Amino acid sequence: MNGSTTSTVPDVIAAEASASVERKLARVPLVLSNRNFSWITERIAGVNEGAAPRWWWVTFSISSLVAAIGLFCLGYQISTGVGVWGLNHPVGWAWDITNFVFWIGIGHAGTLISAILFLLRQKWRTSINRAAEAMTLFAVICAAIFPGVHVGRVWMAWFLAPVPNNYGIWPNFRSPLLWDVFAVSTYFSVSVLFWYTGLIPDLGTLRDRAKGKLQKLLYGIFALGWRGSNRNWRHYEMAYLLLAGLSTPLVLSVHSVVSFDFATSVIPSWHTTIFPPYFVAGAIFGGFAMVLTLLIPARAIYKLHDIITPGHVDKMAKIILLTGTIVSYAYAMEFFIAWYSGNQFERYSFYNRIFGPYWWYWWVGMLFCNFVAPQLFWFKRFRFNIYIVYFVCMCVNAGMWFERFIIIVGGIHRDFLPSSWGMFHATWVDIWTFIGTFGIFMSLFLLFIRWLPMIAMSEVKIVLPEADPHHHATPEGHHPVAAGGMERTQ
Amino acid sequence: MRTPSGNKVYGMAAEYPSAAALYEAAKRVRDAGFKRWDVHSPFPIHGMDDAMGLGKSWLSAPVLIGGIVGFFTAITLTFGPSWFIYPLVVHGKPYDWRTVPAFFPIMFELTVLFAAFTCFFSMLIMNGLPRWHHPVFNWNRFSRVTNDAFFLVIEARDPRFTESEARQLLEETGGQHLTVIHED
Repeated sequence: MNGSTTSTVPDVIAAEASASVERKLARVPLVLSNRNFSWITERIAGVNEGAAPRWWWVTFSISSLVAAIGLFCLGYQISTGVGVWGLNHPVGWAWDITNFVFWIGIGHAGTLISAILFLLRQKWRTSINRAAEAMTLFAVICAAIFPGVHVGRVWMAWFLAPVPNNYGIWPNFRSPLLWDVFAVSTYFSVSVLFWYTGLIPDLGTLRDRAKGKLQKLLYGIFALGWRGSNRNWRHYEMAYLLLAGLSTPLVLSVHSVVSFDFATSVIPSWHTTIFPPYFVAGAIFGGFAMVLTLLIPARAIYKLHDIITPGHVDKMAKIILLTGTIVSYAYAMEFFIAWYSGNQFERYSFYNRIFGPYWWYWWVGMLFCNFVAPQLFWFKRFRFNIYIVYFVCMCVNAGMWFERFIIIVGGIHRDFLPSSWGMFHATWVDIWTFIGTFGIFMSLFLLFIRWLPMIAMSEVKIVLPEADPHHHATPEGHHPVAAGGMERTQ
Repeated sequence: MRTPSGNKVYGMAAEYPSAAALYEAAKRVRDAGFKRWDVHSPFPIHGMDDAMGLGKSWLSAPVLIGGIVGFFTAITLTFGPSWFIYPLVVHGKPYDWRTVPAFFPIMFELTVLFAAFTCFFSMLIMNGLPRWHHPVFNWNRFSRVTNDAFFLVIEARDPRFTESEARQLLEETGGQHLTVIHED
C-alpha cells in the first residue's frame, strides 16, 4: 500500500531517494482518512444500532406499499388466470420473462464482485461485496416470482422438480426451461451460503456490541459462536475461497442457461450462438448499474465516503464501460450476422428491431441507454462526477429492461408468417406486478441495511495497512498518501 | 487445574496492541513448543497459519467429495428417468447415452450445489461451530475481539502448560492485561 510497490530495483531506489517520486508512485488507499479498525466497526455497526431514522420509515412504508400492490396483482393473476396479463398469440412471453431476465441479470453483479473479483485479488471489492451480494439475493427472489407464476397453474409448479409421483411423469431433462430451474435454484442456494459465510464474523461483531436482550440472542444465534479464532479463520478462509471458486463458473452458467431458453428455439433473432456471452456481459453491465444505484444514496446517507471512496465508484464505472462495450459489440454482431446469414427471416427480424412498431424501444433503450450513455465513462471527469455516474446507471437500468423486451417480444411478435403477426399490449396487472417487484426488492434491501452490516467489516479491516503483520506504526504514519489528511477519530 | 477459589482454569490469555505484535508473539509461542493454544483477531491475519505452525486447511477434501457426489447424483437423476423410468422422445432425438450433452447443465449445477453445501457445513464442523458458549467469552475484554483487539490464549490442557511459564512467555512477547480464564 505504500510507495515501494514498484517492480524494478532502480524504481525502488529512486522512490526511496525522492519523496516526490514516492508520492507519485503511491496508490490511493482503499480506506481514506487513515481510519482505524474501531472507526470501521463504529461506523458500520452503528447503522444497525439505535432507532431507525425517519427517512427509513418513510421509504420503507412506500416500498412495502408498492410490494403489497405487487402481491395483490400476483394473487389476482393466480386466482383469475394468466389472461389478466396481456399475453396472447403470438406473444406468449412478454413482460413476465423480460422481468425474469432483468432481475436475474441484476443479481450477477453481486456474484461477480463477491466471487470473481475475490479470485482476482481485487481488494477494493471488500467495501461493496456485502451489499452487492444482498442485492443478488433479493433480485433473484424477484426474478423467481415470474417463471413461478407464469406457468399458469401455480399449484402444479412442483412438476418442475424431479420428484417421483404417482402419475409416473418426469420432467424433461433436455429442456432449457428445466435447466433454468436447476440453474436458478442452485444460484440462489449457493449465493445464500456465500453471503451467510461472509456475514458470520460481522454477526459476531453485532452480537458483541448488542445492548438489547433480543438483539444479543438473535445475533448470538446467527453468529454461531464465532470468536475470531485463527484455527477457525484457517478453515473459514479456505471455505470462502472454495465458495468463490464454485460461484465463479456458476454465475457464468446461470445467465448462459437463461439465454438457452431463447437460443435453443427456432425463432429468428433468438436462435443464435452469441447469446450466452452476450447475456452474461449484459447481466454484469446491468447489475453494476444497480449496485451503484443502491450504494450511492446509501453512502451519502450513512456517510461512508471513506469506505466507498470515489475510487470505488470509478472502478465500477470502468466495469460498466467494459461490459457495456462487450454488449454493444454483441448488438453490432447480431446485425452483422443477420445480414451475413442471408436468411430473410433473420434479416427481417433485425430490420423490424430498428424500424418496426417497437422501434423506439431500440433507439432509446438499446442505442441510447446501453450504448451511448456509458461512453461518458471514457472520461475520468465523468467517472468522478457522482451525478453523471448516477445518470448513466439509471440509463443502464432502464436500457437493460428494454433490451430484454426487444429480444423477447421483438423476436416473437413477427416471426415467419405475416398472417400470425401481432402486437403485445401490457395490462395494468403486467405493469403493477413489475412495479411491485421493485417494492419487494427495495423493502428487502431496506430491511437488510437496517438489521445487518451493509459493509463487510472484517474484510474492510484487512485492507488497512495496520492489518499487515509486518506493519510497524510510526508516530507520523508512513503512508505516503494521506488522502483527505484528516486526523483519526479515535 | 483449578484456582485457589476452586474455578477450573481454561487457560492464560493476553491482549496484544496490534496484528504485527500478535504475529510475532504467535511465532514465539509456536517455538516454545505449545500445541493447544490459539490467537483471536477481528480479521484473518495474513501468514498467521505459518506463524502458528498450522498447515493448509484440508477443507478442500470434503468439498471435492461433495462435488463428486453431486455429479453422480445428477447422472442418476438424468439418466434414470431418461433411460429406464420414463423414456421420452423430444425433437426426435435419442434418449440413450447419446443424449448426454443435454444433461451437462444439470450435471454442472448439481456438482456446484453439492460442493457448496458440503463446503459450508464442513467448515462449521471442522471449526466446531455452532456453539452456545466458549470459556474465552468469560473474559470481559474479549468482546472487543470482533472490533479491534488481538488476543492470544494458551490452554491449560496443553501438556507444557504451567501458569508461571505461560505468564512469563506472554509477558516477554509484549502481552498486556494478562488474565487467567476460567472454564465456568
